Amino acid sequence: MKGIEGRYCIVGVGQTPYGKVPGMSQLAHNVLAIRNAIDDAGLTAEDIDGVLTKAPTSTFPMLWAPKVAEALRITPKVTGTLDQAGASNIGLIQYAISALALGQANYIAISYGDNPRSGTRATYARPRGDDAAAGLFGAPSSYAMIARRHMYEYGTTQDQLANVAIAHRHHASMNPNAVFQDPITREDYENSRFVAEPFRLLDCCPVSDGGAAYIITTEERAKDLAKDPVYIEGIGQGHPAWDFFRRGDLASSGAAVSGEAAFRNAGLGPKDIDFCEVYDCFTIVPIVTIEEYGFCAKGEGGAFFEDQRTHVGGELPINTSGGLLSETGMPGTQLVVEAVRQIRGEGGPRQVEGAEVGLVSQQGGIMTTHATMIVSKG
Amino acid sequence: MAVDPSFAPMAELLPEPTALNAPYWEGLAAGELRIQQCSACDTYQQPPESFCYACGSSAVAWKTVPGHGQVYSFVVVHQPYHVAFRDRLPYVVATIQLDEGPRVLGPIFDVDPSSMAIGTRVQPRIEAVTDDSAILLFEPEAS
Repeated sequence: MKGIEGRYCIVGVGQTPYGKVPGMSQLAHNVLAIRNAIDDAGLTAEDIDGVLTKAPTSTFPMLWAPKVAEALRITPKVTGTLDQAGASNIGLIQYAISALALGQANYIAISYGDNPRSGTRATYARPRGDDAAAGLFGAPSSYAMIARRHMYEYGTTQDQLANVAIAHRHHASMNPNAVFQDPITREDYENSRFVAEPFRLLDCCPVSDGGAAYIITTEERAKDLAKDPVYIEGIGQGHPAWDFFRRGDLASSGAAVSGEAAFRNAGLGPKDIDFCEVYDCFTIVPIVTIEEYGFCAKGEGGAFFEDQRTHVGGELPINTSGGLLSETGMPGTQLVVEAVRQIRGEGGPRQVEGAEVGLVSQQGGIMTTHATMIVSKG
Repeated sequence: MAVDPSFAPMAELLPEPTALNAPYWEGLAAGELRIQQCSACDTYQQPPESFCYACGSSAVAWKTVPGHGQVYSFVVVHQPYHVAFRDRLPYVVATIQLDEGPRVLGPIFDVDPSSMAIGTRVQPRIEAVTDDSAILLFEPEAS
């Protein structure tokens, strides 16, 4: 990474079961995902001296990362929780790299785990502030407001939204970890009920239990571990920040600023990317994200998802695991796990041929935050 | 204002009144839309604060405004999220670009959702939900 000495790597990834997992606590999803990532790296829990987490969305407890460390029975040198909602788990990698560069820690675990499906999911449908009196409830309605504006400004169509849902489900059908593995057709999409027009049910990700985690270390340490390291080439952030309906341009996100920073940081451009894992809580999000990253012109994101161009085997495979829409509706940690598996060639039937450079996108709130990471085989 | 029984269930959606937002809700109860305007830079703002978001001045004053505007975006809600809106389904919620400057959210009832369009001119519609409180809706501007 330019601007920081040395190179930094993801050396282990892990997860817990996705979907409806009764009997597993928030803590269990975090700790067991981290333990799986530790095993994947060929390390032991005693090696981990940094623990960073995004707080569980459904309850947002205080001092969460120290609690996860305690449950791992370790006393870390570095810990913390970052509140960028769904963008937090790339932001935390940036924090981990700074801690490694400063010599504060050697192996840092980053996790997210929550059980909103079998525990409480109220936070997902809770009205936000005074919005309730306006009849606006739940994330789908807010993102649908963005989709409507994008359709108005750029001519994006319902058919193009459907393409995103169909493509990601196609990939999930090749992913044994995915919550939804049955392929869907255009007819299935059109028959799914409206939640908040223009969104149908199949435009929306499910609420899912699950955990995912990764281990970050220096290039030097990465070379001695169980698997080939995946190199972190660049990270960017960009945050529209304002509440969605007050933003100057509702049809845009933080992806343009975040993507530009990540590409500059990596010394790479869109043409260098072999595949993307893009935050897709709703079908409009990858459309806006891909166009703002410069894979096509602003406003052409809808067309980009036509003709199976984003399927594995297509021009630019996007969301090879099924994404939030079909693999698991968790806030983004799992997208990093999938990118690492693709670069290692562990994708099985959904493996992208020649996957050497990948891009991961995370965002949170109502397109309030955004982070981008580019990873490579090195 | 007399309370239309179909609006009464919305009372429980009203936020807790605070020193900051009380003038807004008192305005609606009196049948008026009141929002803050900065006395230093003239910028209107919503939600209320003790300072001007644009220039930081503490000289913010409540003004009664016409509150007309146009639909910037909208959704048609089909999901029965709350009992107060169950009998209205499907209903429109719009982001309104007020002529005064701020953008606000508001439901638009009693219109055919398929006739709604971005750019539609709208005006406030204030409906009592209890004897001493009311909510803000919008309706197509009277031509």
